Amino acid sequence: MNQRRRAWREILLTAPSFGWLVVLFVVPTLVVFAIAFKPPDALGGIGHGWTLGTWRHLGNPNYPAIIWRTLWMSLVTTALCVLLAVPTGYCMARAPRRWRQPLMLLVVVPFWTSFLVRVFAWKTLLHPDGALKRLLVALHLVADSTSLLYRPETVLLVLVYTYLPFAILPVYAASEKFDFSLMEAAQDLGAHRFRAFVSVFLPGIRRGLLTAVAMVLIPALGSYVIPDVMGGTNSEMIGNKIAQRTFVDRNLPHASALATLLMLAVLLPLALYPLFAGRNNDQKPDRKEVA
Amino acid sequence: MSASRRSLFPVAMTALVLLFLYIPILVLILYSFNDGRFSVRWDHASLKWYRRLLHERAIWHALRNSLLIAVTATLTSTVLGTTAALALHRYRSRLQKVHYGLVYAPLVVPDILAGMSLLLLFVACGVQLGMSTIYLAHVSFCVSYVTMVVLARLQDFDVSVIEAANDLGANTWQATRYVLLPLLLPGIVAGGLLAFTLSLDDFVITFFVSGPGSTTLPLYIYSMIRHGNPPLINALSTLLIAVTFLAVWGSQRLLAKQRKDG
Repeated sequence: MNQRRRAWREILLTAPSFGWLVVLFVVPTLVVFAIAFKPPDALGGIGHGWTLGTWRHLGNPNYPAIIWRTLWMSLVTTALCVLLAVPTGYCMARAPRRWRQPLMLLVVVPFWTSFLVRVFAWKTLLHPDGALKRLLVALHLVADSTSLLYRPETVLLVLVYTYLPFAILPVYAASEKFDFSLMEAAQDLGAHRFRAFVSVFLPGIRRGLLTAVAMVLIPALGSYVIPDVMGGTNSEMIGNKIAQRTFVDRNLPHASALATLLMLAVLLPLALYPLFAGRNNDQKPDRKEVA
Repeated sequence: MSASRRSLFPVAMTALVLLFLYIPILVLILYSFNDGRFSVRWDHASLKWYRRLLHERAIWHALRNSLLIAVTATLTSTVLGTTAALALHRYRSRLQKVHYGLVYAPLVVPDILAGMSLLLLFVACGVQLGMSTIYLAHVSFCVSYVTMVVLARLQDFDVSVIEAANDLGANTWQATRYVLLPLLLPGIVAGGLLAFTLSLDDFVITFFVSGPGSTTLPLYIYSMIRHGNPPLINALSTLLIAVTFLAVWGSQRLLAKQRKDG
């Protein structure tokens, strides 16, 4: 009797979120996979029967270039974010305790302001008549005719800007728990400061680094707005093609096949994550109090 | 530990990173007070664009839509997220393993995939796109965030309080209603606030599932960025940034006060 009531209660508590997510997350994802194997019809809808035609079409010279660009832009963004996040997270964790909270707020606040506003801010800053351009021209760093906008580098810059807080926060969280006396010990034993940083500190915050990589890489792979607003046709990513196939060409099977491909690209790093994260025992048992 | 053994490099990098994070925002705020027709050439300070903003009716309509969706989506996702977190915390069954995977998965799926798959579902089911489809989409991504926040709070929770309530004769419902939920409230509120801000700021998913007449503020800003009047966007953006900073400042004040009282 009691067993049964317990089971009922569990179902009662689980059903609302479970049901909602099955209907509005699992089913639509499966619909996308299915439509990738359907032929399009002339009216922008979905035809009858099944086909691999869409997949064969992805071999067309257009797509490999975009897929390749999506991968390298996301990987470079991730690398740059982590490179900037490591010294920042380290510095924040070593700052006096009363400074840590304000420093964290400083990192998080830009991330709370509207995403579109931040992207637009860069557009203003890099505008051909903008202050930055004029400064660079005055310093003879760029020619007057060079555009700072609509280039792959611009997209990369704004991607790094947008996802940097996602990398800093996990690195900081891991550094905060790191026992810095280990670094002192390494230095006492004769290790150079940099050597201690690389061989003691970085392995110590490995999980934080991996989380940072995942937090940047996954949304970067799915970028749509940033290449759309900041880039030209030479900086399109898979996300732009998905939107274009959905809204402009109205070729839903094509959009679905690209979406499936993107999904695989996202799942791959997630599947590899446990391999790198390793066993639990490298985490420090002496957890410091987190503010 | 001696200061000489610390390198200045991380400090310099942190300063540069913070500068990098704030410069675009500061430039934007500065230009919003610029009178010139081309926003990037500085003429003289003015509130012209703010006055123009007040008369832009479409903005107020978009804001109304955004708030309506954010409030309803927050309420729904807070209820769903809280029940989900309670179930995940209380039971250790195979069902909960699947449940956890289901709640976790939307967090790692890029927005564009979530938006596109929902669009295909709505089109396949013949659902008219509009406010209701945006609401459904927003609840779907907010639930996972609320669940994670509430679950984190539950994991710090002292279970003996519930046992004490039971010992004192409270049944499960009473222990949940009068002991667990009040103690959990800060977590639920934090989850709800996160859902509210995510909903208010979402562009990509909304872009896919919106229909005629359901323009939200981010959709409006996007169309302004593509075709509109840059100084007007600067002014609107500055107002939004001001609201964010006020909210952060207010919540910090509240937290500080709570700490003092507690």
